[in-house]
Amino acid sequence: MTLQSKDLSNLPHPSADHLDLLEAEALFILREVAAECRLPVLLYSGGKDSAVLLHLAYKAFHPERIGFALLHIDTGHNYDEVIAYRDRMAERYDCQLHVRNVEDSIRKGSVRLRHQLESRNAHQSVTLMEAIAEFGFDACLGGARRDEEKARAKERIVSVRDEFGQWEPKNQRPELWSLYNTRVVPGNHVRVFPISNWTELDVWQYIQREDIELPGLYFSHLRDIVRRGDILVPVTHLTPANHGETVETISCRFRTVGDISCTAPVASTATTVADIIAETTQCLLTERGATRLDDRASDGAMEQRKKEGYF
Amino acid sequence: MNVLAHPSLDTETIELAPNHSPSGLLRFITAGSVDDGKSTLIGRLLYDTGNVAADQLASIQATSQKRGLAAIDWSLLTDGLIAEREQGITIDVAYRYFSTARRKFIIGDAPGHEQYTRNMVTAASSADLAIILVDARKGVITQTRRHAYLAHLLGIRELVLAVNKMDLVDWQPSIYQAIVDEFNAFVGQLGRHHVQAIPLSALNGTNVATHAEAIPWYDGPSLLEHLETIPSRRDADQAPLRLPVQRVVRVMMGNGANDATDVEFRGYQGTLASGHLHVGDEVEVMPSGQRARVTHLNIADRALQKVSADRSVVVSLDREIDISRGDMLSDPIHPPCAIKVITADVCWLSEQPLQAQGRYLIKHTTRTVNALFDDLSYRVDVNTLAHEAVHEKTVMNDILRVRLKLQQPLFVDSYADNRTTGSFIVIDPVSFHTVAAGVII
Repeated sequence: MTLQSKDLSNLPHPSADHLDLLEAEALFILREVAAECRLPVLLYSGGKDSAVLLHLAYKAFHPERIGFALLHIDTGHNYDEVIAYRDRMAERYDCQLHVRNVEDSIRKGSVRLRHQLESRNAHQSVTLMEAIAEFGFDACLGGARRDEEKARAKERIVSVRDEFGQWEPKNQRPELWSLYNTRVVPGNHVRVFPISNWTELDVWQYIQREDIELPGLYFSHLRDIVRRGDILVPVTHLTPANHGETVETISCRFRTVGDISCTAPVASTATTVADIIAETTQCLLTERGATRLDDRASDGAMEQRKKEGYF
Repeated sequence: MNVLAHPSLDTETIELAPNHSPSGLLRFITAGSVDDGKSTLIGRLLYDTGNVAADQLASIQATSQKRGLAAIDWSLLTDGLIAEREQGITIDVAYRYFSTARRKFIIGDAPGHEQYTRNMVTAASSADLAIILVDARKGVITQTRRHAYLAHLLGIRELVLAVNKMDLVDWQPSIYQAIVDEFNAFVGQLGRHHVQAIPLSALNGTNVATHAEAIPWYDGPSLLEHLETIPSRRDADQAPLRLPVQRVVRVMMGNGANDATDVEFRGYQGTLASGHLHVGDEVEVMPSGQRARVTHLNIADRALQKVSADRSVVVSLDREIDISRGDMLSDPIHPPCAIKVITADVCWLSEQPLQAQGRYLIKHTTRTVNALFDDLSYRVDVNTLAHEAVHEKTVMNDILRVRLKLQQPLFVDSYADNRTTGSFIVIDPVSFHTVAAGVII
């Protein structure tokens, strides 16, 4: 019962071949959605997975411009530089960007917070469903990956959601070969995950190979944090230090970038993508285990959120 | 990266590296029940290759302890849904990822009991190899034969017979050999396969990721060694060209200010299901039968001289031909068959029984057509392989030999020759559920 986690001495080589195959699969999926869905949208947060997805969409359409608009559900609790990056990328890739705010759902009363500083991350689902209804999107492309979380390992690449946005894990369509069934009855829509089969390492290797720009938060920088258990909590206006906690300034980076209230950095000195790849191959913690405050609540936290319409 | 406001084709020409075997990616499935030690084997593979993170390990160690287990319950690593953990069962196919210095692996993990056929068929459809687990104490059982048959039906030609729990039979070579002989005799009836038999103990990790010195009579590879070195599905490279068209791209190249210098770019997007394509090659367009030569091959802004199977490309031709989604660019010497009646083996996947008189949609490559079940020839008993007359309703997990009538032709090869142009799914035109999967005979 006392197995130790293994040291990853056998570093995977960045094999061009496996990245080519993963890329080809993603381009195929993106083109199927472009060809078969009436009004698809690409969910774009400015995080690394959606950055990769946007770049893949560019490659899927080239030499046409990207045929999807971008949709960001803004919790209002994002880092300014991520928002600036988001706007810059939308312009660079010549994409229309729709932003819908959780703040507006709160004002309307469709999102009710228990307290002012409650994390708004899970509430994104409500605002997302409102945006889907407003525009009439029939497909939402997302950058989720199966290796992120156990519930995601069971999700299809093309995943049907009902009018409440619900994911029914026991009632999924079988998905065979590369024959994706995108058809849905009116009111339902599909969530499509073209990089389902990529791991965190694949994503970084691809970012390196394709020279994809990312927000600076992904690279090591000096930041004020407090330590809560083994988690480093960034000190921000939303996540202030509690009385008696010691604020330290350390060199750190974010492995996932999302809502401020639920994303934590890791100690790191990695300043380049190559440094991050080296750290990732040696890292003993999963991406979400190390950095997500929302998935640590319970073993089934992600599944529960997904059933409620979370992406 | 250089994203241009106006797309340009003035790009450098790069030759893609040829595909050396083994390629960097292998997809395989594991077939067997929990009792055979399937979860333990997967857990072992992930753990011994350093692919289990510390927080995952801590979490499953804690749960195993809480349940009073003496050893780690590796199924906790793979069973992700709340209902699965509550009920201690696996509900659905899960995909797992691990990598070693040599290769990246994708495991399709299909549960052993409920809806077995449906789940295994789903997982097997994209796999290059199947690991079939046998408990050394039980030998080849009905389930083993069913697994081998389904792997065969879905076109997997690389099989690993993993004889597990060899430690519980004291590593007796005679027991191992008897199982191997029986398995080979059965598989031999199905068709041509490559079978690698490996004696192992998943619980102890013997012969999984490391060589077993405890078995002097076995000089074959460990499981991991075998997975790292066997060629993946490269036969698609050798087959004739098949490129189902996904989308047609038409854009004006230039700044739009000068009609004289602006040219229209027209290209066809798709993924090579099989074969190679070079600039200058002649292709035949299905269904028109017209021929043209390839002038450009692109992956986004990269111009290529040559592409191989599985790559997603944009093709330009030297002539204007009417081509749309669902058409196919193919080898003019070995074109596919354009047919309106297909004979196929179909696995029924839906809880709704087949409506013999009903109309269905068939999605084959990038083409979707109306279809009718013209004849239900027989049902295959997956345990005995016997053919039975179809008297009762066709229900989930049934495997049937059928004849389908199509409203428009499809461009097909037999599944044995081409896993992409030989396969299709059946969609219910009312609910839009995927109700069946078929392989063309």
